[in-house]
Amino acid sequence: MKTEKDKNNSRREFLIASTAITGGIVLSTFLNPFKSIAEAKSADSTKDTIKLNDKNVSLAKDAEKWWGFGFDIEKCIGCGTCAKACKEENNVPKEPFFFRTWIEQYTEKNDGTLKVQSPNGGIDGQTQAVPSEDIFKSYFVPKTCNHCSKSPCVQVCPVGATFVSPDGVVLVDEKYCIGCGYCVQACPYGCRYIHPEKEIADKCTLCYHRINKGLQPTCVEVCPTGARTHGNLRDKKSDLVKFLKEHNCHVLKPHLNTGSKLFYNGLSEEVR
Amino acid sequence: MGNFDQLYQALTKVDGFIYPNELELRWSVLITLYPYITGLVAGAFILASLNRVFNVKALKPTYEISLLAAFAFLCVATMPLISHLGQPQRFYEIMMTPHLTSAMAIFGFVYLWYLMAVLLLEIWFDYRVDFVIWSREKKGLLKLVYKILTLGVMDTSPKSVRTDNKLGYIITVIGIPSAFLLHGYVGFIFGSVKANPWWSSVLMPIIFLFSAMVSGIALVLFLYMIITYIRKQKLDMLCLDTIGKLLFYILILDFTLESLDQIHRIYEAGESFDIISLLMSKLFFSLTIMQVLMGTFIPLAILGFFQFHKPKEKIRKAAYFIISILVLVGIFFMRWNVVIGGQLFSKSFLGFTTYKIGLIGREGLIMSIVWIIVPFIILTFLLWFLPPWKKAHIEDK
Repeated sequence: MKTEKDKNNSRREFLIASTAITGGIVLSTFLNPFKSIAEAKSADSTKDTIKLNDKNVSLAKDAEKWWGFGFDIEKCIGCGTCAKACKEENNVPKEPFFFRTWIEQYTEKNDGTLKVQSPNGGIDGQTQAVPSEDIFKSYFVPKTCNHCSKSPCVQVCPVGATFVSPDGVVLVDEKYCIGCGYCVQACPYGCRYIHPEKEIADKCTLCYHRINKGLQPTCVEVCPTGARTHGNLRDKKSDLVKFLKEHNCHVLKPHLNTGSKLFYNGLSEEVR
Repeated sequence: MGNFDQLYQALTKVDGFIYPNELELRWSVLITLYPYITGLVAGAFILASLNRVFNVKALKPTYEISLLAAFAFLCVATMPLISHLGQPQRFYEIMMTPHLTSAMAIFGFVYLWYLMAVLLLEIWFDYRVDFVIWSREKKGLLKLVYKILTLGVMDTSPKSVRTDNKLGYIITVIGIPSAFLLHGYVGFIFGSVKANPWWSSVLMPIIFLFSAMVSGIALVLFLYMIITYIRKQKLDMLCLDTIGKLLFYILILDFTLESLDQIHRIYEAGESFDIISLLMSKLFFSLTIMQVLMGTFIPLAILGFFQFHKPKEKIRKAAYFIISILVLVGIFFMRWNVVIGGQLFSKSFLGFTTYKIGLIGREGLIMSIVWIIVPFIILTFLLWFLPPWKKAHIEDK
């Protein structure tokens, strides 16, 4: 028969053992995320290839390039060719509520009110419904992912499926995304959607599969007026750096400090 | 095209301008349930802790009910979230390869910590002696289950009970900040989204915390009355009045904080002010009627009245029961107004999309009702398996 002391001992042993096991599990769980630090790799650079548009795509190894976009509002005629070509190139669902790029038509009226529209993302071109005598100013604003360097969507992704590539492109790894939609909420520019068939977050990849081969992104390639520029911000001779030098450019919602790399020439303060 | 019928319909109802991708409201009623259920857990636990740590003896009859209710709801808390994922089979990646800057990723750890280290341990220390006694009394499978649950610690001496109590007390002391963390964190998931002015507020975690306490207290009040009725026992009026008083104070705090948040927004009148004032009128039913009037003003008025004048027991009982339901419904609409309301307006601040809850489907009404009912089924099982009223009272001498 056990004595009182034995009982106490067995309790003490049990407590010590269970504490050690629980502590060990908790500690190893908490240390696991830091494994990448120990291995001198950042969570992002551990990826070599990712799944984009159902294809495995290799990522740039270094930060020699730092991609960005330049859109010239003064040149955009709102034809919608870019948005249409983007849907074709990247298999974006055809329905009028999924876009990687779209064109908004802003109309500032004489009475001080503002009318904004983007029917079917502007793919079919846009007409002006406001009588010309009522118009103070009207212009088109092409939109797409801002490829932010301090990207709020990347910050909130719970599994790190979305990340900034070494060359500055915000991408989503299709085989990793859990489809929680937190990034959709966090993007201030409305650039993300959940793909209706793949059930994962989808967005502009800056045509990563094309720029990797030295080609232009599709939207830049097809723009008939050259309103879209794409280039390497680290190359002083690139088209984009030239565009930034020659124009007085602004980004959208600068107060949010997202480090946007989509620069607009001729951006009115009304545009959000 | 069938799948998109609802979206095409929504397209005709857009008010003003929204970014084209914003038509589909991404976080549906399931995400409304997630902070709601988590809040019930945190609130119920905090009520249990008050009883234990601050030794509020009047709350004793609700202690085990609070703990078991917290556990039942915690089992289900992440289910709406997981079933809402586009790739639910990958949910474990949140735990396995968490992205440390994400509020959602860290929530996984907070949740597990709370479930494993706090709630389960506290329940175990509270029931250990009973497991031993029941394992001796019961037969067959139940005997075995209770025996396993003792984890081999078969001591039932008053001294061992004292140790249980002491350790349980320590767990509770750790548990209170953990419960605060659990629900404060849920608030942070929303409050840290700078793109959304309806969510982005430093007060969000603390508002979520107090509304969690309000809803948890109301849940325990509701459960205590229902369970006592089913067991044909007499309600402890002192206990009811104490819960009522507590609910009154916390409700005042909660309402003050939420009002402060809104007043600040309105007075500051930043760039999002116009769209937010329009939003408030769009949320007239869920915000003004359900959350503020039904869920806050009416309960506050009645509870406030009871602090000065106590009518007959029968009237008070009925009032407490109605108040518990009103508050539970009111807090649900508070979550609704945060989650759904925050997605109705465009981040261009120029217009609104619409949301209509479907009946069937993964994110439909029926599914939501299922997730609300499941915790009650779990609780019923727990109350049968771990009946608080059959607990042994080994006096500590």
